[in-house]
Amino acid sequence: MTISADHTAIGQDAPEQPAGNHVSEGAAAEAVRKFGITVEDYMLPARHQIQMVDPDGTLNPHTEQGAQPGHEYALPADAELLDAYEQLVVGRRVNDQNSALVRQGRMAVYPSSHGQEACQVAAALCLADGDWIFPTYRDSVAVMARGVDPVQTMTLFRGDWHSGYDPTKHKVGIQCTPLTTQLLHAVGVAHAAKLRGEDTVVLAMCGDGATSEGDFHEALNFAAVFHLPVVFFVQNNQYAISVPLAHQSVAPSLAHKAVGYGMAGERVDGNDVVALLAVLGRAVKLAREGSGPLLVEAHTYRMQAHTNADDATRYRQDSEVAQWVARDPLKRMQTYLTDRGLLDDDGAARIAEKAEAVATQLREGLGEDVPVDPQDLFRYVFSTPTPQLKEQAAMLADEISRDEAAK
Amino acid sequence: MSPTATTSAEVNGNVSAATARAAAKAAASAEATGPQTITMAKALNTAMADAMHADSSVLVFGEDVGMLGGVFRITDGLTKTFGESRCFDTPLAESGIVGMAVGMAMNGMRPVIEMQFDAFAYPAFEQIVSHVAKMHNRTKGTVKLPIVIRVPYAGGIGGVEHHCDSSESYYAHTAGLKVFTPATVADGYRMLREAIDSDDPVMFMEPKKLYWSKDLVDLEALRAEHAVNTERGTSSEGRAVVARPGTDATLIAYGPSVPTALAAAAAAAEEGRSLEVIDVRSIVPFDDETVCASVRKTGRAVVIAEAHGFASVSSEIVARVQERCFHYLAAPIRRVTGFDVPYPAPKLEHYYLPGVDRILDAVDDLQWED
Ligand SMILES: Cc1ncc(C[n+]2csc(CCOP(=O)(O)OP(=O)(O)O)c2C)c(N)n1
Ligand SMILES: [Mg+2]
Repeated sequence: MTISADHTAIGQDAPEQPAGNHVSEGAAAEAVRKFGITVEDYMLPARHQIQMVDPDGTLNPHTEQGAQPGHEYALPADAELLDAYEQLVVGRRVNDQNSALVRQGRMAVYPSSHGQEACQVAAALCLADGDWIFPTYRDSVAVMARGVDPVQTMTLFRGDWHSGYDPTKHKVGIQCTPLTTQLLHAVGVAHAAKLRGEDTVVLAMCGDGATSEGDFHEALNFAAVFHLPVVFFVQNNQYAISVPLAHQSVAPSLAHKAVGYGMAGERVDGNDVVALLAVLGRAVKLAREGSGPLLVEAHTYRMQAHTNADDATRYRQDSEVAQWVARDPLKRMQTYLTDRGLLDDDGAARIAEKAEAVATQLREGLGEDVPVDPQDLFRYVFSTPTPQLKEQAAMLADEISRDEAAK
Repeated sequence: MSPTATTSAEVNGNVSAATARAAAKAAASAEATGPQTITMAKALNTAMADAMHADSSVLVFGEDVGMLGGVFRITDGLTKTFGESRCFDTPLAESGIVGMAVGMAMNGMRPVIEMQFDAFAYPAFEQIVSHVAKMHNRTKGTVKLPIVIRVPYAGGIGGVEHHCDSSESYYAHTAGLKVFTPATVADGYRMLREAIDSDDPVMFMEPKKLYWSKDLVDLEALRAEHAVNTERGTSSEGRAVVARPGTDATLIAYGPSVPTALAAAAAAAEEGRSLEVIDVRSIVPFDDETVCASVRKTGRAVVIAEAHGFASVSSEIVARVQERCFHYLAAPIRRVTGFDVPYPAPKLEHYYLPGVDRILDAVDDLQWED
């Protein structure tokens, strides 16, 4: 009897299965059944990035949007687009407020997603309530858009503890810094859900440079072999700190890496929130319906330095940055929605007010001096502190009380 | 964290109720009453099977652990009994195995995972150090990771390179990991059950040269002991034991070195010297109380470990005992450890491994003449 890699029903008494040829069966059957195309055409990205609204805010003709068999995308509903636009504006405000708070010394560091807000918002909005998301350090806006309190989200960067929110309560992984290690956690969450027969989808995020890491490979392969509902979402913002993508990979695109794992890949304009919602939305739907994992690569740009501690002028030209200003995700959406009569001055003002309220919340929350408790050092290492930790806790308490007494 | 409400049949959709009943029956018939002579391998295997029966969220996975039962056969029969959803092979990727276990534990499971050999756990080091060890602390205890990482470790089996490392010090040095290592057949069962019960991650270091060691063990009594402990919330976790009482000096050993220390104590007894042997059992948390009580009584100590001595668990034990027992010591604490060299080729390993003679030489050095 073979071990069923995808944990589907090969019972105790199932007949011998021939070895091999099992990896792509799910995806292959899917492609042939649903789209009437070959497995290769299903797995390979469309011949161009999926873009629905161009940088000027004009809706592309249907034939240019991604109309290849297996790569057709429906325009998301108006309500979804308005919701996304609101989140975009809030996200931009959050990025700029946080950068300001770093400059004022209220936060230790902030990796801004300025310019990448469409990716952040779409990643959060494409999921259902019971779904999980595994973000990186750069994905604070996505974390907030999933409903985590903005001030709790920023705890990591404020520096009073590592994670400010409960990942299991929100189904949002702790923002992860060791590159791509979180992708395997996403795989594990999906695997556990699948074993219990739940229809949870997990969105696993990483950057372009991170795709060179070993855990990227291990996570994609595990997800594919176990046929798990994970959508891998790569924000290709062109740089890994100072190193451009050309130094990370010579693959035709990062989305093309999918085919090597037997999963489908797609490229999308990462500054077009309409296309992102369409592509990620369909990926989540397919994964939930049992397609196995998918890989989506979004082309975007990190408009600011890697973090406030970085100096981007050392490795890239201002002219390059200027080109991307013209492709701003907010402006494009604002134009599109206004032209379609979905957004007027009142609507815009209401959204700006919401964004300002979040900024105020951040300023007030991070302006406060939160008291830290030195005993917390020992409290959470294990479920119950070891005798050694109790000794060390007592030593620190004594040291502090003697310092207090001497004051 | 553990969804104890789900039954084994619910999680394991491909095992029919009849199969589950048959499995339970088979397990029951294996419970021949009274003491039996079994190997440590069997004790470990039984511990996993019992834990899987008791809790459907306990899953076993790793490389070749499925139909093969692991290269050391420690997971033998688990796939057959519990189905491929509960004991399964993964692709060859140790970081993947540990990283996936982290996610599974975040989502209600209790993974018991096998690293095929000590040195092949190194690709998983980042996941172990950056996530397994730290998740509970980073999230102020909201995320518990009840993961057991089983590592067949240490030498003495004539293994070629990369198959005989004593890697326990790397893990013991990492805050947030418990590190257990059984030396007896009964502890193989007892400690693995406790590791699986632990809400904190445990590095479970299995001395591979003791896999085939045998002892007369009453599994039913061990099961009863576990049941009573579970009910009362007690356990043997974090406790060292006196493996052989003595009065003149203390030999402190763990895992594969315990039988060697016992052999040395037996040889010393013939020469009229009474050595007490402490089996550390749990490296983290460390039982200062039991170890120091013995040293205060005897006034002399030798620490024995296969791992390189430099910056190791053995150095830590010496430092701790010295800090706590200085005024009771009649002589400096000695160590008998592996040399500070990469683990040697099979034909050289007997020079490297702490042996009875080297231990007795160290004991002779403990300034008896005054
Ligand atoms: C394993 C690991 N190596 C190195 C780093 C340091 N580091 C932090 S971010 C980063 C660049 C990552 O680039 P990319 O994946 O493209 O994501 P981006 O920062 O552009 O969003 C590096 C090298 C790290 N966090 N983890
Ligand atoms: Mg990047």
